[in-house]
Amino acid sequence: MRQCSSPSHRSPEAPMATLEINDLHVSVEAEDSTGGPTEILRGVDLTVKQGETHAIMGPNGSGKSTLAYSLAGHPKYTITGGSVKLDGEDVLEMSVDERARAGVFLAMQYPVEVPGVSVSNFLRTSATAIRGEAPKLRTWVKEVKEAMERLSIDPKFAERNVNEGFSGGEKKRHEILQLELLKPKIAILDETDSGLDVDALRIVSEGVNRVRESGEVGTLLITHYTRILRYIKPDHVHVFAKGRIAESGGPELADKLEEEGYEQYVKGGATA
Amino acid sequence: MAEAQTIPGGSNTSGAIAVAAESTTATRMSAPPSFDVADFPVPHGREEEWRFTPLDRLKGLHDGTAQASGGIKTDVSAPDGVTVEAVGRDDERVGRAGKPVDRVAAQAFSSFEKASVISVPKDAVLTEPVRVSLHGEGGVSYGHTVFDVGAFAEAVIVIDHTGDAVRSANVEFVLGDGAKVTVVSVQDWDDTAVHCSQHNALVGRDATFKSVVVTFGGDVVRLNPRVTYAGPGGEAELYGLYFTDAGQHQEHRLLVDHDTPNCRSNVAYKGALQGDDAHAVWIGDVLIQADATGTDTYELNRNLVLTDGSRVDSVPNLEIETGEIVGAGHASATGRFEDEQLFYLMARGISEQEARRLVVRGFFAELVQQVGLPDVEERLLAKIEAELEASVS
Ligand SMILES: Nc1ncnc2c1ncn2[C@@H]1O[C@H](COP(=O)(O)OP(=O)(O)OP(=O)(O)O)[C@@H](O)[C@H]1O
Ligand SMILES: [Mg+2]
Repeated sequence: MRQCSSPSHRSPEAPMATLEINDLHVSVEAEDSTGGPTEILRGVDLTVKQGETHAIMGPNGSGKSTLAYSLAGHPKYTITGGSVKLDGEDVLEMSVDERARAGVFLAMQYPVEVPGVSVSNFLRTSATAIRGEAPKLRTWVKEVKEAMERLSIDPKFAERNVNEGFSGGEKKRHEILQLELLKPKIAILDETDSGLDVDALRIVSEGVNRVRESGEVGTLLITHYTRILRYIKPDHVHVFAKGRIAESGGPELADKLEEEGYEQYVKGGATA
Repeated sequence: MAEAQTIPGGSNTSGAIAVAAESTTATRMSAPPSFDVADFPVPHGREEEWRFTPLDRLKGLHDGTAQASGGIKTDVSAPDGVTVEAVGRDDERVGRAGKPVDRVAAQAFSSFEKASVISVPKDAVLTEPVRVSLHGEGGVSYGHTVFDVGAFAEAVIVIDHTGDAVRSANVEFVLGDGAKVTVVSVQDWDDTAVHCSQHNALVGRDATFKSVVVTFGGDVVRLNPRVTYAGPGGEAELYGLYFTDAGQHQEHRLLVDHDTPNCRSNVAYKGALQGDDAHAVWIGDVLIQADATGTDTYELNRNLVLTDGSRVDSVPNLEIETGEIVGAGHASATGRFEDEQLFYLMARGISEQEARRLVVRGFFAELVQQVGLPDVEERLLAKIEAELEASVS
């Protein structure tokens, strides 16, 4: 009789995906060109495994979006130290599109308008790139239609240009639509909840939960507010302040933040 | 006078809607239209109509030094019923649609050997396009072509320019009452070619003229598509698509002269630019004269700047001399393919090249559809792809 030696429930062909961020330092070139580079992230350590949900909470300007963009490879940010590995592969060596194809997905805080490119064309091109082959047209049309229905997105949006003239809430739903269709290994959601009314928040959260239920995605949920955590239950909560994780804990940490705010993390300590 | 500046990767749009008692479009030209080259002084470059053009790259088309040497192969394929004749400049069918408006066009008129008159008889509905192919073999040539389309006839005309040439030509389209004509003019020259051409359309009563100008090639291409109306009810649609590469100068100067009541015009030109010193110029003059009541017109120019170092000058200009019109408007915009857009698309797994392709194809899509000829459309799409490939490598 043989015993299964793997600690994982998953088959060896599909090992548990893990994103490992180690001592990540990131700076940005000042926009006004007065100063040199400014260090924004100062040693971020975080490990996100497939199936887990991590909430990152922190005050404005603490560097949350910088972390999100740096993981996705935005050219504006310069990595000055540390490492990011996805299943042992060096993410920082990859181009933006390679990262996406490796399974990193970033739902942006401010999704970009792309004039001239329809949503349907964009989604299909993206799915083709991520899946490595063009999805079969018939099943694809159905897949998109159903995903849009679940997110209460009007079918007319398929023919509109990507994010062009979308309201803030519509843009966020469109991000989650992509999340559902692209099925990444690691989903980084940068303030997907901000700017949403209660109904939209519920719809979007349900979308995220559908993806989470597959157990195949590790989620990094960046937010200011605890209200989204009522819908999307995190396994871990991290407080982000001054470019690093100041404290980590379980869901109860979010409740503490709700009551006490970020003050204790912000006060004291020098800034750069 | 608003002077265009050179902005790295920049653009310049200076539009105007003037409500005037007298046309300034006409007075802005340094000399009145004429068939005689002697009526135009040699331009020095500061004239309104020449201020964007690199005269030193015209290979003498503007100063009389370009001696005709032939070196261009012309092929005309015309469906049954269409006649093709070579005539002199005194033939009464030559020069009806409009006079040359600048020295280069007048030089062409004074220098061509024989004009070709291609006639579509009245009521004929062509099932195949009339195709005129000009292939340059390196020489200097002057030309004059008249497309004479009879009343209620319907025709599609494709004029194709390839190879290397120094070429100046006038092309006339004379549309009888109720005629329907679509013209596709493709400038697919080698990168060394110089091409200046004035297109004059005279649109008959209730006739429909549609022009699609596609410019990819050439060192300098400078076209003047112009429309006037011979009777009320005429309609003109002028579409253009250009892809201006490093070092190329592509200039499209349009005029729609509404001098007749109840006519319509719609102008839409779109261009993409990439590479150092790519320069696109678009001038859109629309004139609504005092008698042209019931006019309905709209003109648009959009440019997509793909890389730094290229320049756009876009000048829509609408002059209205009567208040009794249906509508008049213009729009001009130059947008950049932003790094943020590229990032967004790439963050969805799409490669840089594919991202550019998506955006550029999307940008041109509605114009490509206007061509209406599958073979030409396919060639355009292939051309756009090739231009994009070239930009990446
Ligand atoms: N180009 C730049 N030049 C200088 N500082 C910059 C630049 N870009 C970002 N920063 C700074 O980096 C810091 C972190 O910004 P980031 O957007 O990551 O914060 P955040 O935590 O996402 O804030 P929010 O909650 O408001 O979204 C901010 O202080 C911001 O002003
Ligand atoms: Mg942010």
